[in-house]
Amino acid sequence: MEYLLNPEILTAQIINGLTIGGIYALIALGYTLVYGILFMINFAHGEIFMFGSFGGFAVLTLLSNNGFSTTHPTLSILCAFAAAILISSALGAILERVAYRPLRDAPRLSPLISAIGVSIFLQNAMMLFTRGRMQVYPDIIPENFIEIGWLSISCFQISIILGCLLLMTGLYIFIYKTKTGKAMRAVAENREAASLMGIDVNRIITITFIIGSALAAAAGVMVGIYYTQINHMMGFIPGIKAFTAAVLGGIGNVPGAMLGGFFLGLAEALGVLVMPAQYKDLIAFGLLILVLIIRPKGIMGEVVSERV
Amino acid sequence: METILKTINITKTFGGLIALNQVNFEIKRGMIVGIIGPNGAGKTTFFNCLTGVYTPDSGEILFNGTNINRLKSHQIARLGISRTFQNIRLFNNMTVLENILAGHHCRMRAGLWGVLTRNKRTLREEKDSYAKARDFLNFVDLKGKGDRIAKTLSYGDQRRLEIARALAAEPQLLLLDEPTAGMNPSETGKLTQFVKRIREELGLSILLIEHDMRVIMEISDKVTVLDYGARISEGTPLQVQKDPKVIEAYLGCQEIIINKSNYPANIHSNTDLKSASLK
Amino acid sequence: MIRIEQIFRLTPPKKKILVLFLLVLPFMVGNYWSQILGDIGIYIILGIGLNVVVGFAGLLDLGYVAFFAIGAYGYALLASPQFGIHIPFWLMLPVCIAFGAGFGAFLGTPVLRMRGDYLAIVTLGFGQIMRITLNNLDPLTNGPRGLLRIDPPKIGDWIIDTPIEWYYLIMAGIFFAIFVANRLNDSRIGRAWIAMREDQDTAEIMGINVLKYKLMAFSIGASFAGLGGAIFASRQGSIFPDNFSLMVSINVLCLIIIGGLGSIPGIILGSIILIGLPEALRGVQQYRMLLFGGLLVIMMIFRPTGFIPSARKKIEFKK
Repeated sequence: MEYLLNPEILTAQIINGLTIGGIYALIALGYTLVYGILFMINFAHGEIFMFGSFGGFAVLTLLSNNGFSTTHPTLSILCAFAAAILISSALGAILERVAYRPLRDAPRLSPLISAIGVSIFLQNAMMLFTRGRMQVYPDIIPENFIEIGWLSISCFQISIILGCLLLMTGLYIFIYKTKTGKAMRAVAENREAASLMGIDVNRIITITFIIGSALAAAAGVMVGIYYTQINHMMGFIPGIKAFTAAVLGGIGNVPGAMLGGFFLGLAEALGVLVMPAQYKDLIAFGLLILVLIIRPKGIMGEVVSERV
Repeated sequence: METILKTINITKTFGGLIALNQVNFEIKRGMIVGIIGPNGAGKTTFFNCLTGVYTPDSGEILFNGTNINRLKSHQIARLGISRTFQNIRLFNNMTVLENILAGHHCRMRAGLWGVLTRNKRTLREEKDSYAKARDFLNFVDLKGKGDRIAKTLSYGDQRRLEIARALAAEPQLLLLDEPTAGMNPSETGKLTQFVKRIREELGLSILLIEHDMRVIMEISDKVTVLDYGARISEGTPLQVQKDPKVIEAYLGCQEIIINKSNYPANIHSNTDLKSASLK
Repeated sequence: MIRIEQIFRLTPPKKKILVLFLLVLPFMVGNYWSQILGDIGIYIILGIGLNVVVGFAGLLDLGYVAFFAIGAYGYALLASPQFGIHIPFWLMLPVCIAFGAGFGAFLGTPVLRMRGDYLAIVTLGFGQIMRITLNNLDPLTNGPRGLLRIDPPKIGDWIIDTPIEWYYLIMAGIFFAIFVANRLNDSRIGRAWIAMREDQDTAEIMGINVLKYKLMAFSIGASFAGLGGAIFASRQGSIFPDNFSLMVSINVLCLIIIGGLGSIPGIILGSIILIGLPEALRGVQQYRMLLFGGLLVIMMIFRPTGFIPSARKKIEFKK
């Protein structure tokens, strides 16, 4: 409890919370986008995030092995992001086509089980590929700290928070200002009507998966650079937590997922100040249950009731 | 004759939309009352209020003299109001007989203990229920189709099964929401006779929403007309037919009232219930 | 063409042969396979329980493992040196069933108003909370070190501890579970569940107290897990929080879906495929989960009703 009153620790934890919260938010957006359109939980989204992280890892390792990354560190990192986004987006689009599209009109349980299957498949594919070993992101940029008075902030954290905000702004503009974004909202509102209005629904759904996967991939690379260690199981817990964030914000609601992510990150970071750290994971699930019981529509409360 | 159901000034709004506006209504035991009105007049909302799907914002619903405003749907069913739906809502993957038995659920009493031990009382109750379900099956003329899966029935059979399921709840008041929607004239005629039989043989009071004026004319003792959520007219079918307010409400669709045209049901598409989703 | 479900439809002579076969099976296959059959059997009990929740009542529960854990830890705490309490196994069985049911009702009350996916994710959360709590509630559960030297069942002086003895005990548990599930299915309660699964709002309007029956399904399902948990704990002799990971919930869910949602022969087949097959395929073990994941997807696309779909009983001209 006394930690809560220490400004130094408190600020540090708030920044930690915003960092991890931004990452949750990026992943949560993928859940929310897909749920908004298809009313299904893409259980494999955490694995898409994991693949993105490994994509970035592969490129960075390659670049650091041939020395390119020492001469052009920023460019290398951008390459890693690009590769991760490419891999995850392709994966997302393929998954949608192979595992979800044939089940679009099936009972609700079927796509969920299919998604669980995909999740198991991808985890084990990566496990076979990496032989189950932990992989370590190459150290490309040393971690610098900015000192403001007694406060010291990691540049990584600042870049992650800024990067998340940048991506979210981009997404927001895309959804609310572009024609494709408008089509996405139309499909989410009423798929049949949108199709009758001449919108290519399949294309829009594919685009939705691609965008969600790309955001998850970016989160994956950020996690890799920030925490440096990655493995094939890394998608599971962040996946569930990001889903929690999406639900907190009212699933299907894009700004809600962003807020939900930051909220969850902060709640976790501040929660460990008042309770033993090993109960950290309880915070996410406890919050989830509490919110769903008290306010079943999420904080931002968009209409999410099942269609009758 | 005693009043079985009475509503006093019930009002229901959805956001800014007034779906029911101070509706007063009464039906006496043994009567068949028709409710008509243009699309979106609030007819189905009225049914939804009576069956506890919606709670009215104000006003009172009295069933046999007791206020049922705040009761849950299943409690109302047990008290004795049962209904069908405009867009058929059967338990699609259950058999025909199981659908009827599910309707009879609220008249059965077996609990967990009885089910697990299969004591005498439970067995007797099951046996009686099966017998009753078969009776209802025969009553709606679905004999021999009891073991079919409900969704495989033809459209007309599904409508009749829905009525059988509602009857199996052994109601005192039966609400029929457009029972002849989508039927051809000969099927409509048969169904009209069937509704009469329900009253005569089972002694139920019946409230029905109907667009086909021929049906209304033939079987209703009384007709209530709703428009924009308000009751604008009430009386015998003949009186209502001549009421200028009713003709006004139908805005020139007088053919319907004069009952010559062959598009009575179609002019009001079947969409109003579909969009009015249940809570 | 012979359909799979016809092969598994039990006629009385088939039943006799089957029972005889099951009785002699462990002696034909020996200890190693009896052990595996026991594993499969525990999953069958869990599957039958979860099937009440998912298959009958249509409630997607991804945290079923929580109730399994309650049963296991409930038994382990009251029948091990941990607190020096040694309540006999046979007395603990009904207690653990009650633990499961009570806990199911306790968790179900707040969450059963939610629909579909929300329920799935909240129950998933419960499952995780359970594991984290077991891991950290040191004074009670010993945390990750688990509970050891849990009492085996005894009949007089005879201790049940060989795989073959366990096989018979678990088989008795399965028959009990099937008996209960069948009685429920073919009753007023079972019909109310299916009606609710088909169309919750209509069921309510037709006079079915949906909330009550949801709670009943949830609680009964949980009680099966309590039973399975008690058997699991005393058979293993020691339990650890990691025995109760999300994968257990997912495995049970998958086995009832692969087998055929709502059908008991389906659950049995599903358990054999899911738990037994990987054992049989030890040669390709590292690929088995990969294959399994792919199989789930293929299954959903090409045979979403499972290998042995449930059939509604024909009743018009009976009785």
